[in-house]
Amino acid sequence: MRVTRALRKLRGSIHPQYFKGLTSDCPITEMPIPQKLYLSMSQHLGAPAKPIVAKGDVVTRGQCIAEATGYISVPIHAPVCGKIVDIDSAATPAGTMAPRVVLETDPDNTESTTMSPLSDWQDRPQEELITRISEAGVAGMGGAGFPTHVKLSPPSDKPIDTIIINGAECEPYLTADHRLMIEHSKGIADGIRMMCYILNVKSVFVAIEENKPEAIQAMQDALANAEKIDATVCILPTEYPQGAEKQQIAVTTGREVPSGGLPMDVGCVVENVGTVLAIAEAIEKGIPLTQRVTTVTGHIVKSPQNVLAPLGTTYADLVSFCGGLTAEAAKVISGGPMMGMAQPNLDVATTKTTSGLVLLEQSRVHIYRALPCIGCGRCLEACPMNLVPAAISYAVEGGDYDRAESLNILDCIECGCCAFVCPSSRPLVQHFKLAKPKIILKSRQAADAKGAK
Amino acid sequence: MDISTIILTAGVIGGIAAICASALAVAAHCFAVEENPKIGELEKRLPGINCGACGYAGCSDYAKAIVTEDEAIDRCAPGGSDVLEALGEATGAAVDAFEKTVALVHCAGDVDNARHRHSYNGIMDCHAAHQLAGGDMTCSYGCLGYGSCAHVCPVDAIEIKNNLAIVHPDLCIGCKACVTSCPRNIISMVPASQKIHVLCSSKDKGPIAKKACKVACIGCRICAKLDESAFSMDGFLAKRNYSNQVSNPAVIEKCPGKCIVAVGVDNTQADQKGEPSCA
Repeated sequence: MRVTRALRKLRGSIHPQYFKGLTSDCPITEMPIPQKLYLSMSQHLGAPAKPIVAKGDVVTRGQCIAEATGYISVPIHAPVCGKIVDIDSAATPAGTMAPRVVLETDPDNTESTTMSPLSDWQDRPQEELITRISEAGVAGMGGAGFPTHVKLSPPSDKPIDTIIINGAECEPYLTADHRLMIEHSKGIADGIRMMCYILNVKSVFVAIEENKPEAIQAMQDALANAEKIDATVCILPTEYPQGAEKQQIAVTTGREVPSGGLPMDVGCVVENVGTVLAIAEAIEKGIPLTQRVTTVTGHIVKSPQNVLAPLGTTYADLVSFCGGLTAEAAKVISGGPMMGMAQPNLDVATTKTTSGLVLLEQSRVHIYRALPCIGCGRCLEACPMNLVPAAISYAVEGGDYDRAESLNILDCIECGCCAFVCPSSRPLVQHFKLAKPKIILKSRQAADAKGAK
Repeated sequence: MDISTIILTAGVIGGIAAICASALAVAAHCFAVEENPKIGELEKRLPGINCGACGYAGCSDYAKAIVTEDEAIDRCAPGGSDVLEALGEATGAAVDAFEKTVALVHCAGDVDNARHRHSYNGIMDCHAAHQLAGGDMTCSYGCLGYGSCAHVCPVDAIEIKNNLAIVHPDLCIGCKACVTSCPRNIISMVPASQKIHVLCSSKDKGPIAKKACKVACIGCRICAKLDESAFSMDGFLAKRNYSNQVSNPAVIEKCPGKCIVAVGVDNTQADQKGEPSCA
């Protein structure tokens, strides 16, 4: 076990106010089971899961209620016992419409269906463990929700030599991963060993920003006597967006992911600490991913804290568990304030990727009027992907998507640094978020048309 | 200045011009690209606004397609019957009766009628608003009113009034640019001769639709009963069958959702909002 510092400074970054003190000392508290759970079928990246239960069915804790519909998809399990009362369609926290299963819970029934624990995982074939991870519905819990079993089965021409465990948590307000590393460091260390075994890799970096000294200490202690693996706790300076995987690879290993490429192109796999814990639970205890830690925070929340809630808990239930609000919320953000999505109301439910719920009062919500670009170039300096946000934004505004594409808009990681620093308050990242799906759709259609010919 | 300098300068410039002109003349003769003269002839008969309604990059591209790929001659919507006849005359193809179509926004939920569930402060673009939790309106089908359609209209025939897009049928040239620009897919082309329309796209059940908007189709089927030939039901939404005219104008009065409206007659949709017709 070694401790190192970041190899180099992040190129292009910002320092927003962090406000992590609101919840960083609050231990994870388990929330009582709410009356109803609203389980979206699109909790991960890729094809939405397909419900295999019908209205009126009684399900037990851990029972699979929706199956994966492709390779890049994961199943969804019932977090608690109860009855399926409805299957309808609703908006996910990301804003897209997806089918949803409504579960009326039965908190007194503690029956559960678990898969058999694979405590002797070191003697089992890697494929079996990957199948288990996929069956347990594990998807990236950092925000994007990429199915974990896909990340753990790289193609044979892309050898993996380094695993990076992402505990940077660079988003302001959020402390869920921070508390997870302090309170579940042993579970995370187990998960790391399993990942090393699955990928047959020795070198592991645990990347943590220096504003989390207790987490750094906890992970050092947990990995102190790790055998067979070469673990390094990498202490990063506090900078946003250091938790983005491409940026994290650059500061920990010095490798640069090529444009349009994936971490596996440079021999890396990046997993969030929450995901690593979910891997350990799925393999060692046979428990599928049905709950997660969400930071419910904001200056108007009576007692902001890190809540362990079953998936599908509505934001209204989370807020009332945290004592309610002291003032009216002007903005509700699912995720962190930099990359999270604003929500229309508190009826939206948590998913596997809901790392936080930030409630802001009127005085903290500023509505800016976009002014013309003054050509100051601050967005160029702030962009961690070396793009030219000002030029891309003008291309998008004028509807010239071909030019936006030629300016590499698809490399944008939507971190929002450009809009954060813009003195003209231009909605730069918002333009990119608008144009990217359209450009991807267009190129996919073009590829389909080509294939048809 | 000496006069000879002026003459010399004029001579040199004139000489260069003469050499270049003869070079160009030779090049034009030697490297001329043979083009079917018919293409140019057809292009002259097209409107020349390059709107793209025919599905080609512009009028010239369409004219080329008619000649080389036997494309149908009835694809020029802005040109109407005049261009169709002119093209028929030039190509010798049979000319059918031309049916003028105009765009129609199947929604009447303006700021007074439709309820909004949250405020939206993002980019003034329907796609951006729709991306965020399916739009800021309670109704997940209706017009968002941020003007993506008006933005692409080449002839400014779409007006955004009280957060609702309204197409002025007399200005619309039928290019269909707005149809593809709408993230809600509620703009469609309707025959210009048809004046009575269902101005609602909500497929929700009656009570839900009614809660979201004052002028929503509640799926009561009254219109389909009164005029079977012109109205049919698609789940909880009334659909107009545009191959038949409305024979019973009482449907407008009888519609409890007030979403069947006569557009573009003496009381256009725009007029109802107190706006003079643009005719």
